[in-house]
Amino acid sequence: MKASNILWKQRLDGKLPAPLAEEIDTFETEIELRRQDKLGEVIFAETRLRRGVYGQRYDNGQRYDGVETRTLAYSTDVPTKGVNTVWDAPGMMRIKIPYGGVNPEQLELMADVAEEYSDAIVHITTRQDFQLHFVHIDDTPTLMRRLASVGITTREACGNSVRNITGCPYAGVCPDESFDVTPYAHALTQFLLGHPDIQNFGRKFKPTFSGCAQHSCGLTAMHDLGYTAVTRVVAGKEQRGFQFLVGGGLGAVPYQAKVFDEFLPPEEVLPMAQAVSRVFARYGEKKNRSRARIKFLIKNWGMEKFKAEVLAERSKLPHDPRWTEFLTDIDGLTETPLKPPGDFPSGNGSTGYHRWVKTNLREQRQAGYVTATVALPLGDLTSNQLRDLADIARKFTKGTLRTTVEQNFVMRWVSKADVGALYEALNAAGLGDAGASNIVDIVACPGTDTCKLGISSSRGLASELRSRLAEKSFEMDQALQDLHIKVSGCFNSCGQHHVADIGFFGVSRIVNGYQVPHFQVVLGGQWEENAGSYGLPIIPIPSKRIPDALDRITDHYLRMRQKDERFAQFVGRVGKAQIRQLLVDLTQNAPEHDQDPTFYTDWFDPREYSTGDIGKGECAGEVVTAFQFEMTTAERLVFEAQVSLEASDFQKAGKGAYDSMIRAAKAIVLIQYDDVSNDPDEIVDEFRERYYDTKKIFDPYAGGKFANYLFAAHKNATKAFTSESARFTIEEAQLFIEAIHSCYNRMRAEGLSQSTQGA
Amino acid sequence: MELQHVNVKLYVDGDLAVELVRFIEVFHQWIRDSILDELLIDVADYRHVPDGPGVLLVGHEADYSMDQTDGRVGLRYNRKAPVEGSNEDRFRQAFASAARACRLLEDRFADDGPLRFSRQEFELFINDRALAPNSDETFVACKPQIESFLTATLGHSDFSLERRAAKRSRFGVHVTVAKAFDLDAIAATLKSSASSG
Ligand code: SF4
Repeated sequence: MKASNILWKQRLDGKLPAPLAEEIDTFETEIELRRQDKLGEVIFAETRLRRGVYGQRYDNGQRYDGVETRTLAYSTDVPTKGVNTVWDAPGMMRIKIPYGGVNPEQLELMADVAEEYSDAIVHITTRQDFQLHFVHIDDTPTLMRRLASVGITTREACGNSVRNITGCPYAGVCPDESFDVTPYAHALTQFLLGHPDIQNFGRKFKPTFSGCAQHSCGLTAMHDLGYTAVTRVVAGKEQRGFQFLVGGGLGAVPYQAKVFDEFLPPEEVLPMAQAVSRVFARYGEKKNRSRARIKFLIKNWGMEKFKAEVLAERSKLPHDPRWTEFLTDIDGLTETPLKPPGDFPSGNGSTGYHRWVKTNLREQRQAGYVTATVALPLGDLTSNQLRDLADIARKFTKGTLRTTVEQNFVMRWVSKADVGALYEALNAAGLGDAGASNIVDIVACPGTDTCKLGISSSRGLASELRSRLAEKSFEMDQALQDLHIKVSGCFNSCGQHHVADIGFFGVSRIVNGYQVPHFQVVLGGQWEENAGSYGLPIIPIPSKRIPDALDRITDHYLRMRQKDERFAQFVGRVGKAQIRQLLVDLTQNAPEHDQDPTFYTDWFDPREYSTGDIGKGECAGEVVTAFQFEMTTAERLVFEAQVSLEASDFQKAGKGAYDSMIRAAKAIVLIQYDDVSNDPDEIVDEFRERYYDTKKIFDPYAGGKFANYLFAAHKNATKAFTSESARFTIEEAQLFIEAIHSCYNRMRAEGLSQSTQGA
Repeated sequence: MELQHVNVKLYVDGDLAVELVRFIEVFHQWIRDSILDELLIDVADYRHVPDGPGVLLVGHEADYSMDQTDGRVGLRYNRKAPVEGSNEDRFRQAFASAARACRLLEDRFADDGPLRFSRQEFELFINDRALAPNSDETFVACKPQIESFLTATLGHSDFSLERRAAKRSRFGVHVTVAKAFDLDAIAATLKSSASSG
């Protein structure tokens, strides 16, 4: 779309690293082939995804405008860029930033390309990437060339490949780390990028590095591959190594990673990743995307078999000198300061300064230096702010910056003597917000703003909560200030709601005959200890009432907590049932539509929240009542299952979750067949015939995945539950219930009059 | 020198008397009612970033925003699709599109704003560093074309141009006009300006 694309190609010819240049040229050719319809849309979609060229909301050329769903009048002269994906529709560009390491030159380039190809906003993701939105596909090769000119690649930023390798933003300067993981993360990034052994995965694969086990910076427990730095002393000598974890992941059903090896020596970091990759590529699920992450392979096989296969693979790998070459220059990436160490300046500063010092600065292990976090609202900053940040980083440091999984920047190697001047400089650029990593620093995925799968507005909610908390957060008790809030627009957990103290994820419900955006309240997650435990949803609350829900939860915590009790411990002690009870009335007494139409819209989106005209068939009243009655029971059962899980009654928890699925299935069967009995076999058979075989239950993106949860649970209904299997069944039951709600909403949108007795 | 991707920002006169959040609803309504002859896609809310794009109406051929960049609020028209014709045609197309949007907004908030855009200054810049590097050479090459476009559009040459100084910013000029110009008349030129390519 840009008139200058050819100019950039000429200008950068011969100036880019050869492999990157070749890769971009290939992609440009593929674009041309697809334009001429000589490359299939499915293959083209995967090929662009592997270059970080992602789809965006409304790219199917349809958009609901608040009254009806309309076709966006794009030109039809060009083929699609994927199934149901219009060529000219704007898309998202994901840009990999390995372990979050960026320099000022790269920031300046990002600033330029954000202005010229996007909307002058750069977004930092929860995996330390950059994202640009509203990018035209024709501009992407130029964008890639310009990025490559400063050493940035988008290769394998999306698609079924090794995604950005994340790492502690404090690596190398953290007082608590075992050692600096940067060179290992860097070496693994270089080694795996474009490696032939990672080209045949059924799904994405996310590695991470953490410098210690106790903090959350690397989040090793929720990654496909996690390396936690450890040391041991052998014969009086300290040895470096990694606790090596595999099979973690958030997503719809989160899994905690399992320990593969308590001590992996540095020379095994690369080959072991290669061996795992080869096993995953060979044996991982390919057809069913929803079971294709490595966590499912490990679950199916068990750790013992998985480990045996990987070790056998490792023993067969032909030696590659790159496995250990990087170790000969292990200090090659070590950063140095620009300024001499110092002491904090004396004297008074503004309130803002003192707050910022308290929340945004962190001592380095090198005396006289601190890191400073640049806290970004919703992970966004403008092109001008990026340039300012580049200047500031050059002025106070040698340009040592990292992005973080909390969607911020960390500036490293700031002399303590400079913190006053640094604050002034950041503040002048609108980057001096205090509250890093506290209750106000809310993480949010893109949600309905730009994500195709978004159900509710995660950014809208985060923005509202942020502005409500901004001032008062600093007056709050420290226990509240320390809370982490994370919001996802749907169950997929890109906002990492599972590992927040208080998480939210978007769902929708019918209220007074209208769809209303809701958020499930997720409690019990743990951010510390590398995402040490995952929360579970306790109750869906209408979006516009979430601020009230948050107030109630935090007030209750403050009143009832025992001395020094952290939030996750508090939830464990008082139980989710008690907290749920606090919130129940927020789900009731909704205003009538005429009385308060804003209740039926999402945050900062005036469109009525709906996906189409809602038909009110004459039989709807009775059917709706029966449906809702059963669904209420299903939701109660799944919640009680959680309570049983808390009480370590795994059998009761698993059985309760299974029962909740059966009730939800019955609810939707009742719409077509009101004589269905309570016999689970009959319910499952009727459900399969009426909703699965007809694909009515199929999610537009996930297909029949959620129905399969029911079938699997029914098949295993007589098996004993462990803590883990009970937990998974609860997660799956929750998703199945959401799928039933979605199916019901779709059917309402199409008109329930189509419903008939008998299939 | 072919100058595509022309941007025009018309500043709000005085302080913005309308809460920025209200433009979200207006832009959604523009999409719903197909108010413009360009394809409008979605609205993005960037009020949380200081001096940023504010509230952005994303389109296919162009974006419109109530933009706060550089600390001044204004309506920005950002032409994305190439426009056929001469550079002067492209300036005219962007200026007229911005003027039309401003008039629509002024009318919308006539009773509960008010909202008024300046008729004596605006910014014109090229959102493409390869086509128009921010250099003296670009200014020398483009100045006569910008002056010619302004003289033809305003009907006089009582205006001054000031080049954007910041080295890293995109090439552009700040235009100050001695006599107030007529936004309706400028918007009306849109019909006769060059078609999009
Ligand atoms: S959590 Fe859902 S809405 Fe948010 S980015 Fe992921 S898929 Fe999209």
